[in-house]
Amino acid sequence: MVTRTSRFNVNGKPVQIDVEPRTNLADALRHHLKLTGTHVGCEHGVCGACTVIVDGAAIRSCLMLAAQAEGSNIITIEGLPRGQGDTLGPLAASFKKHHALQCGFCTPGILTTAHALLTEEPDADADRIRDVLSGNLCRCTGYISIIDAVLDARSAYQKQKIA
Amino acid sequence: MTVVPNTLIGQELERTEDLRFLTGTGTFVDDYEPACTLHAAILRSSVAHGRIVGLNKNAALKIRGVHAVLDASDIGFDIPTIPLRLAPLNGFEKYLQPVIAHGKVRYVGEPVAIVLADSRALAEDALEVLDLTVQPLEAVPDWIAAERDTSVLFEQNRTNVAIRYKTHIGDVDAQFRAADYTRKEKFRSQRHTALPMETRGVVAEWDGVSGRLKVSGATKVNFFNRRALAKMLDLPESAIDLLELDVGGGFGVRGEFYPEDFLIPFAARKVDRPVKWIEDRREHLLAINHSREIDCELEIACRHDGTMLALRGKIYGDMGAYIRTNGGVVPAKAAQFLHGPYRLPAIEVEVAAYMTSKTPVGTYRAPGRVEANFFRERLIEMAARDLGIEPATFRRNNLITESELPYSIGQLVPYETETQYDNGDYVAGFERCLAEFGYEEKKVLAGKRVKGRYHGIAVVPFVESGGAGPRENARMTLDRDGVVTIGIGSSALGQGLETVFAQIAGDALSLPFDRFRILHGSTTLVEEGFGTYHSRAVVMGGSALLLAAKKLQQAIREAAGIEFGCDADAVSLVDGLALTPNRPSLSFGEIATKAGGTIVVEATFSNTKRTYSYGAHAAHVAVDDRTGHVEVLDYVAVEDVGRAINPAIVHGQALGALVQGLGGVFLDHLIYDENAQLLNASLADYLVPTASDFPNLRGVTLELRPSPSNPLGAKGAGEGGIVAVAATIANAIANALSSLGIEPKELPLTPPVLWRLVQETRQR
Repeated sequence: MVTRTSRFNVNGKPVQIDVEPRTNLADALRHHLKLTGTHVGCEHGVCGACTVIVDGAAIRSCLMLAAQAEGSNIITIEGLPRGQGDTLGPLAASFKKHHALQCGFCTPGILTTAHALLTEEPDADADRIRDVLSGNLCRCTGYISIIDAVLDARSAYQKQKIA
Repeated sequence: MTVVPNTLIGQELERTEDLRFLTGTGTFVDDYEPACTLHAAILRSSVAHGRIVGLNKNAALKIRGVHAVLDASDIGFDIPTIPLRLAPLNGFEKYLQPVIAHGKVRYVGEPVAIVLADSRALAEDALEVLDLTVQPLEAVPDWIAAERDTSVLFEQNRTNVAIRYKTHIGDVDAQFRAADYTRKEKFRSQRHTALPMETRGVVAEWDGVSGRLKVSGATKVNFFNRRALAKMLDLPESAIDLLELDVGGGFGVRGEFYPEDFLIPFAARKVDRPVKWIEDRREHLLAINHSREIDCELEIACRHDGTMLALRGKIYGDMGAYIRTNGGVVPAKAAQFLHGPYRLPAIEVEVAAYMTSKTPVGTYRAPGRVEANFFRERLIEMAARDLGIEPATFRRNNLITESELPYSIGQLVPYETETQYDNGDYVAGFERCLAEFGYEEKKVLAGKRVKGRYHGIAVVPFVESGGAGPRENARMTLDRDGVVTIGIGSSALGQGLETVFAQIAGDALSLPFDRFRILHGSTTLVEEGFGTYHSRAVVMGGSALLLAAKKLQQAIREAAGIEFGCDADAVSLVDGLALTPNRPSLSFGEIATKAGGTIVVEATFSNTKRTYSYGAHAAHVAVDDRTGHVEVLDYVAVEDVGRAINPAIVHGQALGALVQGLGGVFLDHLIYDENAQLLNASLADYLVPTASDFPNLRGVTLELRPSPSNPLGAKGAGEGGIVAVAATIANAIANALSSLGIEPKELPLTPPVLWRLVQETRQR
């Protein structure tokens, strides 16, 4: 088994892993770095459960090789902003308030997608949010509560942008 | 029955389980990996029907890191079959699924061999070079081919018809003779599946020294599955633990006993290493239970005034290649629920279950109910139009009234006893739906073409059963720190049970919500559990909690009485404290400490009466006749669940079910070709609703009539939301296209299907 060393930053920390060239980023995060919050739902880039943020963009970690992440900054569910005293961050807290999750399997991908969106576009309206989240499948909620939760979390991102 | 006092119950509390899911710290089965684990991949048949000639394992075994390739010959002479759990219709025992193919393969995706390797990638490399030779036989792609019996899946049975029976109530022939109006139609509901976001997975650990087996990733019906596995592995049940971790959705399909639930534990014991198998999405679509594939012929008899006199029909169920654990639930319930919420003097249904060379079927959220509701309500819509009666009026006039409840629907299912709709106000539920929807105001749009699209509306009532018996068990353990740990036989598959059970227990013990630790599902928690299906977790498990709480209060009183030197009856319990006159109070934690560290009680709730939730759905659609595209402009779902423990959770279940139902109308479709090859085994091709598809949905939860059969007053709440969706949408489309005379009779209603219907109508 030929391995190759990849170096990148995950949630602000530099990491170095030796993986087979064919190892995708999702497997590298989950199996090599034990960041199991990123979930794998289809392994062909449709369901969005494995979404992580690479250099500011929400991407499917099942469609990216670990080797391609060389030198990049990656944020996973484990690295999303937390509130004071390690409480839930504004987006996660809004999801809890709105019952925007049931089984929780798709949730990490939805949170990372929504975080990337609101960071760039804190004023995104419901249509824009629906459009962006249409790449993340959820089988439990019917999406309504998810859209409500993201809309409700916008104010925190708006304040951040002004600051 | 008295209803428990209400402080936590009824509140829209935030869910306790959310914290771990929102921080990525949940533990789903693939997040668990013991040291030295081997990874499994399964060789599945690519041929729908054929004779296994041979399997050459040599090239696969030469790959470094591949440890074993196991097939039927490694399991032995007697290959176990997967037992029936439900709906054991006579004759099904001849069509059970072997845990691995031997001699023949009968569907694409059937397990033939299992590879164990150092990584999943290596195991999949080995699959590529496994040389399986199968001599193809004629495929049996549908029930019509099955009925011809020219190619038979089980030669020794000499037929593909697994069962045929007739069931009835009343004198159908007499009612039809007396009828002013009859109409007969053929309908079809398409094969699709639940598609939970987490695929299945099993991690098995064998301890050869103690002879014990630990299986992680189990859910739904763990005690039944343990019993089945113990028998297959020739182990005592007590030597096996089935452990429930976080579960990424179930909806009926997950947690039944599948071949892998034997193969992975078997392999772990064989190689004496932990073995992990995580299903990939393609495997999932080929291997998990499919559902909903029913054809129906249905005839209605009415008076001129629209009074329904009788229904008679035939249900043709495509069962796939084997009868799995759910037995005949899908076709049998499709037959039974043809009755619906209506006063119906007579009904007669013939049911036939066919073996085809496709993935076996099982239950998916409201199995049979969705199909039956679609068939009946389409026919009622046509009858109302023929008779010139406004369709909502037609339905309301035929609804069972509250004074007629309980209402017997006889014994329409051979393996069940007579059942009765319990209680409710079906008319009130229906009226509420019309009012919420604004039916009268929207009626002006019916059939009108506005800005290039035809508008249509429809309203459809439903009734749905839940709360299957026979019993459920709960254990409560009060610890020194005053925390009550609850172990329960019910399984959690994402529906928020930890929250709901803490609400129930909190009220019952007058303790705060955060004083409970809820453990569920695993076989280590209670002596016997019955699990989560048929919308039973709250009805049965929640009621068991109430009984356990009563016992715990008594045990605390007795323990406190010893400390206080008084009778247990002289002790009162208030806010986590035991009190008696003239003595300092003791906290529950202190009492547990004095009683030796813990106080443990167990309780069982037994009940064989089902709950029947009910309600109605209404939809407003716009149909583009040039493209076949349908937009759902408004949708209202109303359901009386008796008692909502956490209304926000119930609401979430209703909307989730609704969107799954809309997927079943417009998107979800497992498409097979004439060789019984599944053509769309990826999420790029198998479509489900996305966030942008159905933004305009409303759900209304009613608590008009608490269930009389359990102390919580709760009825099943997870499945009702899907029952009426297909019928409501199809009727709204028919209403929109009424000027073209289009009557959709088959699901799904995709743009190409509707476009073709429009084209065919215009060419006539």
